[in-house]
Amino acid sequence: MAKKTESTFINMLLTLFIITAVAAFALAGVYELTKEPIEKAKLAKKIAALNQVLPAFDTVISQNIEFPDMAMPLGFNFALKDGDTVGIAVETFTMNGFSGLMRAMVGFAPDGTIIDVVHLEHKETPGLGDKVEKKKSTWSDQFKGKNPGTFKLKVVKDGGDVDAITAATITSRAYSDAIDRAFIAFKAQKGDSHE
Amino acid sequence: MSNLTNFTKGFIKENPVFIMLLGLCPTLGVSTSAFNGLGMGLATAFVLIMSNLVISLIKNLIPAKVRIPSFIVVIASFVTIVQLVLEGFVPALYESLGLFIPLIVVNCVVLGRAEAFASKNTVFSSIIDGTGMGLGFTFALTLLGSVREILGSGNIFGMNLGFYPLDADGNPVVMLVFVLAPGAFIALAYLVALNAMLKQRMSKK
Repeated sequence: MAKKTESTFINMLLTLFIITAVAAFALAGVYELTKEPIEKAKLAKKIAALNQVLPAFDTVISQNIEFPDMAMPLGFNFALKDGDTVGIAVETFTMNGFSGLMRAMVGFAPDGTIIDVVHLEHKETPGLGDKVEKKKSTWSDQFKGKNPGTFKLKVVKDGGDVDAITAATITSRAYSDAIDRAFIAFKAQKGDSHE
Repeated sequence: MSNLTNFTKGFIKENPVFIMLLGLCPTLGVSTSAFNGLGMGLATAFVLIMSNLVISLIKNLIPAKVRIPSFIVVIASFVTIVQLVLEGFVPALYESLGLFIPLIVVNCVVLGRAEAFASKNTVFSSIIDGTGMGLGFTFALTLLGSVREILGSGNIFGMNLGFYPLDADGNPVVMLVFVLAPGAFIALAYLVALNAMLKQRMSKK
């Protein structure tokens, strides 16, 4: 067996330098290799969400729009068919989830009616709050076809019209908050474009 | 120690979860379903095998005083590789494991095997050790995930077993506590006890 390298200052310095340099090169290589698949996977997810919440479209124009009083800009996706706007999908968020941040995409018809809502990201409790996911429960279907102008986006307990998920009121409240934020942004954006 | 016992010790005799009680944070955190347990176990196993391999290769080049930082850099590199690959090719698993993938870096099973085994043994036996320990970890997590999924949501690998009665809305009435954190501790305690019993029986023979 070869003798072990001694712990002199220069040895330690060299070893750590070589190890970190090799690791850095290896990671840079893997990052380059996986960059494309990661972007593809993200895009596929976004397209799947867009198809879920919007009517048939041929072009999507995406842009991030900042609003005062909102912690981060919301992603707006304007869906066009033959040049007419057929729907707007808003990527919205809330910080009030049971485990913090939740993100969702809300599709609005041009008159403000909700076409559908789909979650993008959440860390809610498995078996309880994760019922916001379409594949876990039909709970989020209750927003379909509702116009937030007349449909109050609050859970029944708080005097609104949203049926909360059993044993996950906080999650339901947060999800309603996210959708409400999308609607406020949708209205504000519409108001801007008319001026 | 023969290669066979070296390999099999990870399953029952020295199971990282049931006997050594190492790496409990990801164990309790992600074992809400059998699929998550299996995914987390395999990701950890890959990191374990690769870090054992590399560390046993370079063990003589590393001065003793800086061995821990060196091991951590090696482990962290492999974890980042796993994270990037999962994000690109298995986004569904990446999403459900979430924060727990970067946490493999500080999983004491990985550093524990690097320090206790790979830094003292040959490359070949280190790979065997990593494979055995990694599969033992996977086995433990999948088992724990299955128990929690069966009791907590009446499913196994997402398939409905249909033994729970349905309530008025058609949702199954389940023992939800098993999907939550307390259920993880309860299920783990029973599995540890079961494993201890098996180990005792085996040593008597």
